Amino acid sequence: MKPKGFILVVDDEEVVRESLASWLTEDGYRVDTAADGPAALARLAERGYAILLVDLKMPGMDGLEVLAKARAIQPDAAVIIMTAYATVDTAVQAMKQGAYDYLVKPFEPEELSMMVGKLTNAQTLQRENVLLRKALKRQFEFKDMVSKSPKMEAVFELARIAAKSHSTVLILGESGTGKEVLARAIHAESPRKDGPFVGVSCAALTETLLESELFGHERGAFTGATGAARGKFEIAARGTLFLDEIGDISPKLQLDLLRVLDAREFRRVGGTQLIKTDVRIIAATNRDLKKLVELGTFREDLYYRLNVIPVTLPPLRDRKEDIPLLVEHFLVQFRAEMRKPLEGVSKEAMEMLMAHPWPGNVRELRNVLERGAVLARGPILTPLELDLAAPQTPGAAPAETPESLREAERRHIVAVLRQHRWNITHSAKTLGIDRVTLYNKIRRYQIHEEE
Amino acid sequence: MAEPGNILLTWIGKGPVDEGVLERVRQRVEDAFALPTQVAVVNGPPGDTLDVKRGQHSSTRILRWILTDLPTGAQKVLGITDVDLFIPVLTFVFGEAQVGGPAAVVSTARLGRTFDDKPASPTQVEARLTKECLHELGHTFGLVHCGAGACVMSRSNSVLDVDQKRPAFCRDCRQRLEELMQERNRS
Repeated sequence: MKPKGFILVVDDEEVVRESLASWLTEDGYRVDTAADGPAALARLAERGYAILLVDLKMPGMDGLEVLAKARAIQPDAAVIIMTAYATVDTAVQAMKQGAYDYLVKPFEPEELSMMVGKLTNAQTLQRENVLLRKALKRQFEFKDMVSKSPKMEAVFELARIAAKSHSTVLILGESGTGKEVLARAIHAESPRKDGPFVGVSCAALTETLLESELFGHERGAFTGATGAARGKFEIAARGTLFLDEIGDISPKLQLDLLRVLDAREFRRVGGTQLIKTDVRIIAATNRDLKKLVELGTFREDLYYRLNVIPVTLPPLRDRKEDIPLLVEHFLVQFRAEMRKPLEGVSKEAMEMLMAHPWPGNVRELRNVLERGAVLARGPILTPLELDLAAPQTPGAAPAETPESLREAERRHIVAVLRQHRWNITHSAKTLGIDRVTLYNKIRRYQIHEEE
Repeated sequence: MAEPGNILLTWIGKGPVDEGVLERVRQRVEDAFALPTQVAVVNGPPGDTLDVKRGQHSSTRILRWILTDLPTGAQKVLGITDVDLFIPVLTFVFGEAQVGGPAAVVSTARLGRTFDDKPASPTQVEARLTKECLHELGHTFGLVHCGAGACVMSRSNSVLDVDQKRPAFCRDCRQRLEELMQERNRS
């Protein structure tokens, strides 16, 4: 049996303390006694009590004084004042000072039983309520990133440790999982937070442009170079350089980058002078760098140079519990930006959001919500405004907006399964795959029979 | 004289003892705790346990008195009295026990009336006394009040509560009682 809480009986009469303690012990409470106010306060400093039964009239410090001092030490302990000299005044005074209630001696056993029982039940409920609220609110945070997913908790933990170091961080994850957001958060938590955060998308530029972008150039270095320019390595001095889509850089730039990372110095394009660099590199890619190394398209030595602290961001479909949290997060943003009274999404809309496979991850979710927020006529976004119906309706005509291969595959599988009334053998045969592969796809795309 | 490890039921009433009732209660106690149980009759509670103003006896003082004269070897002593009992803050108590201790006391003073203050039948009074004896002795073995209303260890604040419970331990209390008795035997 779970032991009940502690009760402190404060009374100057020994027989009262003894008998009341005995009576309450029979109820399963653990009871301490104190003969006067100072002894009671000493007890309160030692142990937490659920209830204090305090006699009003005691020599020296009276019950009201004990009440006031006890509330300062243990505000959560409920104080019941016992008095043989009950007047409305003392009762009101005791209640005003925060007493839970008072009892006029001698009181009926039933009265004491009910009061103590009611009080402990209320305290238990309150405690459970606090725990439940905590459990509901339990979410992990790293700067402005929020999540309820244990997977993300691990990411944040690693990122927090990485932020404190000067080592290179490699962020891996599908498109739209928030690699740049995480990189910015790591920078903001790092000792370099007062320095600049400079980002470069390596896939967006041609080899020569990217080279100049990273290292800068001297005047006349190439056609059109009418003046000297600093590159990102110089601009990011004492800060963080974020190299996005690192898996897409050319072999020549891979070598240049390796040299900079090794020697911590570089030359501008067309320049001769060696420039020292003091940047922290955070690289990111949605590609499987290890595979690229095996294929020979990415330098193994650069891979190891970058892969000092690898952090992998899980796709949104693996942390669906975050969808309601992210929806709220983005709607708060849009509410401020668009000055629209957006309150949330309807139950049906949330069901759709939860069922969607999110191949474009958080970015796709943000876009869907942004579109919905623009179109919204009321405070609650509906499925129609979110425009997610097409990929979610099995067997429907292809959506007008281009869909990913993943979405198309999912939709096709759902349609075939429906056609065969969820007979896996027949569906697999129609799809031209074996049953195990079909089961794997059903699990990966989180397809449910009710669809 | 009680044998070691036994239970002793002592009539400490002002009035005469009903030996038939006491014997039947003894039998129920012996069956319930599976321990040899004896009865004894001594002169009623000492005068210093009486609060003249209240016209009631202090159950706590009676327990102290029982403890000063514990028979050698008795594991538990239950005083049964016909005087009305009280503890200072409460209007009355049916009995009092030391949780996990050797002594307890039970009063029949309030068991003789029905809830609407009519005389209760002798059978009803005996049933109530049996339950209260099992209840207080349960405390001396370490049991505390049980939340199950039908269990003999549920708290009784009125005769109605006493009537609603059965003269037996619920499954949980029975199991806990056996554990406590085993622990006691080991130590």
